[in-house]
Amino acid sequence: MTTNLTVNGAPVETEAPGMRRLIDLLREDLGLTGTKEGCGEGECGACTVLLDGAPVLSCLVPVCQVGGTDVRTVEGLTPVAPGGVTLGVLQQAFLETGGAQCGICTPGMLMAGEAFLASGLEPTDDAIREAIAGNLCRCTGYTKIIDAIRLASEREGVRRGAA
Amino acid sequence: MTIETPARAIPARSPAPTRGVAVPLRREGPAKLTGTALYTDDLVFPGAWYGATIRSTDAHATLLGIDLDPGFPWDRVVVVTADDIPGKNVVASIAADQPILVPVGGEIRHQAEPVALIAAPDRDTLREAKRRVTLRTQPLPPVYDPLESEIVFAHYDLGRGDVDAALATADVVVEGTYRVGHQEQLYIENNAMIALPRDDGGITVHGSLQCPYYVHRALIAGMALDDAHVQVVQAETGGGFGGKEEYPSMIALHAALLARRTGKPVRMIYDRHEDLSATTKRHPAVIRHRTGLTRDGRIIAQDIDLVLDGGAYTTLTPVVLSRATIHAGGPYDVANVRIRSRAVMTNTPPNGAFRGFGAPQSEFAAEMQVNRAAERLGISPLELRRRNVYRAGGTTPTQQVLGVDVAGLDVLERAAEASGFERTREQTASARAARRPGARTARGIGLALAWHGAGFTGSGEEKMGSVASLEITGDGEIRILTASTEMGQGTKTIFPQLVAAELEIAYEDVVMAPQDTSFVPDSGPTVASRTAMVVGGLLVHAARRLRAEVEGRTGRPFGLSWRDDAREHGPTRIDEQFLPYPGRHFDDDTYTGDAYPSFGWAAAVAEVEVDLDTAEVAVLRVVAADDVGRVIHPVLCEGQVEGGTLQAVGYATIEEIKLLDGRYLNDRLQTYLIPTSLDAPRLETILVEARFEDAPHGAKGVGELPMDVGAPAVVAAIHDAVGAWIHDLPATPERILAAIAGIEPPGPPGVSAVSSRSDVVPPQPTSDAA
Repeated sequence: MTTNLTVNGAPVETEAPGMRRLIDLLREDLGLTGTKEGCGEGECGACTVLLDGAPVLSCLVPVCQVGGTDVRTVEGLTPVAPGGVTLGVLQQAFLETGGAQCGICTPGMLMAGEAFLASGLEPTDDAIREAIAGNLCRCTGYTKIIDAIRLASEREGVRRGAA
Repeated sequence: MTIETPARAIPARSPAPTRGVAVPLRREGPAKLTGTALYTDDLVFPGAWYGATIRSTDAHATLLGIDLDPGFPWDRVVVVTADDIPGKNVVASIAADQPILVPVGGEIRHQAEPVALIAAPDRDTLREAKRRVTLRTQPLPPVYDPLESEIVFAHYDLGRGDVDAALATADVVVEGTYRVGHQEQLYIENNAMIALPRDDGGITVHGSLQCPYYVHRALIAGMALDDAHVQVVQAETGGGFGGKEEYPSMIALHAALLARRTGKPVRMIYDRHEDLSATTKRHPAVIRHRTGLTRDGRIIAQDIDLVLDGGAYTTLTPVVLSRATIHAGGPYDVANVRIRSRAVMTNTPPNGAFRGFGAPQSEFAAEMQVNRAAERLGISPLELRRRNVYRAGGTTPTQQVLGVDVAGLDVLERAAEASGFERTREQTASARAARRPGARTARGIGLALAWHGAGFTGSGEEKMGSVASLEITGDGEIRILTASTEMGQGTKTIFPQLVAAELEIAYEDVVMAPQDTSFVPDSGPTVASRTAMVVGGLLVHAARRLRAEVEGRTGRPFGLSWRDDAREHGPTRIDEQFLPYPGRHFDDDTYTGDAYPSFGWAAAVAEVEVDLDTAEVAVLRVVAADDVGRVIHPVLCEGQVEGGTLQAVGYATIEEIKLLDGRYLNDRLQTYLIPTSLDAPRLETILVEARFEDAPHGAKGVGELPMDVGAPAVVAAIHDAVGAWIHDLPATPERILAAIAGIEPPGPPGVSAVSSRSDVVPPQPTSDAA
């Protein structure tokens, strides 16, 4: 069976079996290894991607559920500028605040953070904690991840406000 | 965050104070943030096969045979057993007791013990083949309770003064027994290793690991290869915390055996269940204390008995026990101390390294004693610590006389002040006094203090003789060569930072060679918070020598002349080998002397809210003050304290492995819980710099420090809230309710329950239809 979807803005046509996991489609069939697997049972959040803008755990989503959807991964967060790869606002904020240590939860955290930024919610400590509650991090104690999302939210706000 | 320099004058040397200095961003940060950093499972090797491990399910048994189902096409896969090991069937470590694979006729000592290996060209075939292997075993009686085990891996007996006489004269003697269970490192990237066979008969492995040369040595011994035929390359590593210190050697050997047999690259990528059920945990411990004090709060005697559960094999246990023992009294200057300790075998998977390395266990007990003594004497826990904490010139249980870089009082006062400890404690005390029956919640505040020996214990560093190198390459680069791995702590950022500062050149001009044993020297394992202090120190020395050599040739400042020098003179390389810190000596036979070149100091104040109906604990806030000698990179350093503090909060409240018949019951991420963002308290960090004068840059290390104080601070806060002491970790709701009710707590943490066969009720024939 053929499944058509969009991944990071590009059309994808796949013959993958319907019960193949979205994470395997991304990592193995499409070579998008930025998305990580930490537990394979929906507990750690490392495999979080955006499915039509909503954060989902790609280890729990079968290919048969993604037909016609728009999937976004960490690779799709990275703006490609004329001089090569640059960092997006959220990525830059993680870099500055120290929100990434070992980096393995980072792609999932970024996608959860991106969904939070898109929600337009006030970036309070509680709201950000709630937004990343499904993403485990063992390195940071979460403080600097929360700082990063708040900083990005403020910068996005400034940018939107100025526009 | 604030960085405080103790008011006491500590000889300041270059470089300049850290505060306000611009620091670089994490070196490998952009790769991690764009998804381009390559972790082991991201590496592609065309034609690679998948490997799997067949493990025992018996806790203790004799292996009689390995049966392959004749109905399966075994020619489609490869099976490896102990007979196929070309070298010694031992995972090289401190003792030669752990086999790579249990041979037929051999002894199975725990339920996750590797017995055979399978490789297949695809995962489905591999899964099916695994199902078609049966182990024939003869069960043997297991040992689960460390107090009953007669097999001792290591033991120590140390102390000073006359403990019995001092206890006899003490105004107050506080006694206590404390038990702590396993803790899983729970790096988010599981263990992973890929082995590639080479045309010359050698093996190359790429993996998630902390210590490239540990894996290197293990492969040489197990595969019967020489140095030149083994190459170990660290892939990007998604966390370690001690959990990737030793077990990667086992996985690398397994992958290598399969790679040699198949002639193809073989991927051994553990899933979470396998990682949790088979790899090492923090040692459970049972610690008994008798502490003698005078009425005015002077600790005059400590009598301590410490037992660690090593699990089935020796692994690193003797060294973990050594650190646990030396730290067992806590950061207090006590004239009469006796510490007796032993580590024993049980038929559970081997325990190993985890951030803190024995000290979190023993210092939890020590801090419980101090907090309980404060309550007994009616003295504030802050004041009791002020009266007993080590000062410069204090003498430790190994007879080590402490130098001027002691910051115990500094971290204590900073944490107490920043948290408003005494003021909040008065409030929680009056709230407790006014509390009515039916109240729903209670708040409490607690304090703990710790010391942590910097770097290896005793003569470890001297024996290892680590090397770090620095070179100007033929390509005109300044390159650092060390085996120190990046796992998130910031090695790849602080090393170039230290070298650039010393050479007075741009941070960007210094590059790091990959952690690949075919390039880099053995700079020792990335453990014991030694990377910044020891290897960082070697690099500063190397940079000074490089600078002197180039400036000697060119007669101009290094920054202006090194590129010309590289063109005219060619490459220059400095190999800097560790030399013992001057005047420090430790005697392994008598266990006396300078156990550590320096100590870091940590204090934590925790605030909790306890639900009085369910006894659930919410940790609301932790203020941590840590003396790290010198802060090299404030953001990364603070990140270490925050992460370590949350791991300690998890240790205190929710992280526990339950066992039945020697098997971990909660061996999945659905059942082994770690704190989420909603469980995490507000973390406030104060970094203190009491420079270690014998390191050229003053650093003592940071990674393990915060792990020692979090748990006793949280348990003290729970006591402050509910008025009951929890003696066992984690302080789960069940243990808290039992303590409040004054009844026996549920089973001791870390000890396996046993299913007695007579308890198992056979299924009853259903007669409902009648």
